[in-house]
Amino acid sequence: MESLEEIKARVEAAVPGAKIEIVPNAAVPAQTSLLLDREHAVAIAKFLRDDPVLQLDHCSNVTGVDWLDRKVTKKVKVKKVVEGVEKEIEEAQEEFFAGYLEAVYHLFSMSSKHGPVIIRMRTPDRATGAHLPSLISIWRSAEFQEREIFDLYGIKFDGHPDLRRILMWDEFEDFPMRKDYREPDDYEYEPTPHDEVLDKAKQHYPLRPQLDGAEKITATDSHG
Amino acid sequence: MTMEFHELEQAPPAMTSRIEGDLMEVSMGPQHPSTHGVFRMNVALEGEVVRKLKPVFGYLHRNHEKIGENTSYLGSMPYTDRLDYFCSMTNNWAYALSVEKLAAIEVPERAEYLRVILAELTRLQNHASLLGFLLSDMGAWGTPLMYAFREREKILDLFESLSGSRMMCDYMRFGGCRVDPGPDWFARAQKIVEAFPRFLDEFEELIVSNEILIARTQGVGKLSAELAISAGITGPMLRASGVNYDLRKVDGYGIYPRFKFRVPLGDHGDCYDRLMIRALEMRETLDILKQAMKEVPAGPIMNPKVKIRAFKPPAGEAYGRIEGPKGELGFYLISDGSANPYRYRVRPPSFINLTVLEDMCLGHTVADVMVILGSVDIVMGEVDR
Repeated sequence: MESLEEIKARVEAAVPGAKIEIVPNAAVPAQTSLLLDREHAVAIAKFLRDDPVLQLDHCSNVTGVDWLDRKVTKKVKVKKVVEGVEKEIEEAQEEFFAGYLEAVYHLFSMSSKHGPVIIRMRTPDRATGAHLPSLISIWRSAEFQEREIFDLYGIKFDGHPDLRRILMWDEFEDFPMRKDYREPDDYEYEPTPHDEVLDKAKQHYPLRPQLDGAEKITATDSHG
Repeated sequence: MTMEFHELEQAPPAMTSRIEGDLMEVSMGPQHPSTHGVFRMNVALEGEVVRKLKPVFGYLHRNHEKIGENTSYLGSMPYTDRLDYFCSMTNNWAYALSVEKLAAIEVPERAEYLRVILAELTRLQNHASLLGFLLSDMGAWGTPLMYAFREREKILDLFESLSGSRMMCDYMRFGGCRVDPGPDWFARAQKIVEAFPRFLDEFEELIVSNEILIARTQGVGKLSAELAISAGITGPMLRASGVNYDLRKVDGYGIYPRFKFRVPLGDHGDCYDRLMIRALEMRETLDILKQAMKEVPAGPIMNPKVKIRAFKPPAGEAYGRIEGPKGELGFYLISDGSANPYRYRVRPPSFINLTVLEDMCLGHTVADVMVILGSVDIVMGEVDR
């Protein structure tokens, strides 16, 4: 199979405007992946599938990954004037990386029996911008797997015909696979209607101090 | 070769002229005996004919992947047994293979042979019990299932004497296997492998030319090769549609390239083909087993360089996959260099094989839905995770 650099060059020639980045993988260099830009992802995926050399017709695994906001503190040497003398001082600088959600697709070729080519897409942020284009029009196998990512990570796949929760129940609100997910204390908590019902009951029946006002009955009272 | 999704979404022709009110919605499952666990299908029927079918998942969901992220690498190994609880050995292997890929661990020769033998034994008992269940779904209640389970029990006895547990084996480790079977164990396994063809002959005689079975399965639930490839179908179900894709041949993981075996393929992609593929695959599996048992080398079963405690693979990611009895079973791991995986993902073959359930069922009767579902071969522990 071609190297990823060759694939990248060919895709960028075939799909005008496409931006592809190679994401290194230190542990398994053979499984380095391509980061696609969201606008051209469907066109690139179509190219990868239909290209006579690549023929990546088998989209095996589709999955989400959650990357939180992170801060990296670096020690940087800075030149500063201290008490009239220029000195080199080490200073801690914080660099902020905004978090994002990621969808990873593992592609293989059933006709040419090679692979994997790994493609990934990233959302701009983890909240309102968590949208990615759906690749279901290219590979049908993304149908349930993208639904699963939507269910567990909360990435909305634009163009998916049936984007509903799949493993969690429909009324569930949070996204359990996110790294900052906290599970509720009680899944089955429902506000009980007791206070309301009691208020209504008070309006209906005359007060019965001997029963309702139990705190008024003291030891002396009961003994006459 | 490939197909756009909107083409597949088109309703079957008979539906267009009908009034919507004619459809009756039926909820099949989750407690139906032939749903193999707790699985529900919302079916829209026109008379007895299926016009729409939406599977409903999640009754057995326990977020296996989240638990995997909060556990050490080794800690997830016994939990993989609970995915597809019929095939814990192959689940172990797939997970071990991915971690070995991630941390570049080598496996000793003897362990590789043991893995092949155990995986093929797992395939035997999985396929045998699937055939039993499928016949039982079709109304052949009891006898075929018990015949299959009799054979399965012999293999589970082997697993038990080796690992201590019939189904939850937890046998493989990163860089090898857990315990060494004695020569006595191989002799017993040999006996079972030698006796197995008798069961197969008998079973095939029961089913292959059975008139009722043919009427219930031939032409039912057809799956075209194009759709199967596009929908990521793998395993016997894909090969029944005529696509030659067996990871034991394609990836050649472990030591599979050393063995001679054939890959059976179907012609029509219907339920009958899916059923027969399993029967044929069992014969090939027996071939592999005979070859493997002959040449098991002596030696260690564990790579001594691997740290069992405080195992920390380097940062990076790896996707490893094997040909499980139900299809391509993959594990995708992202490591950040700590003792727990940052991301732990299971690619469940029986979940993805259900993608085309609706396409296969449309136009068939309700009774056929059970047969089609049975021929997919699902285990809910893996589907819902």
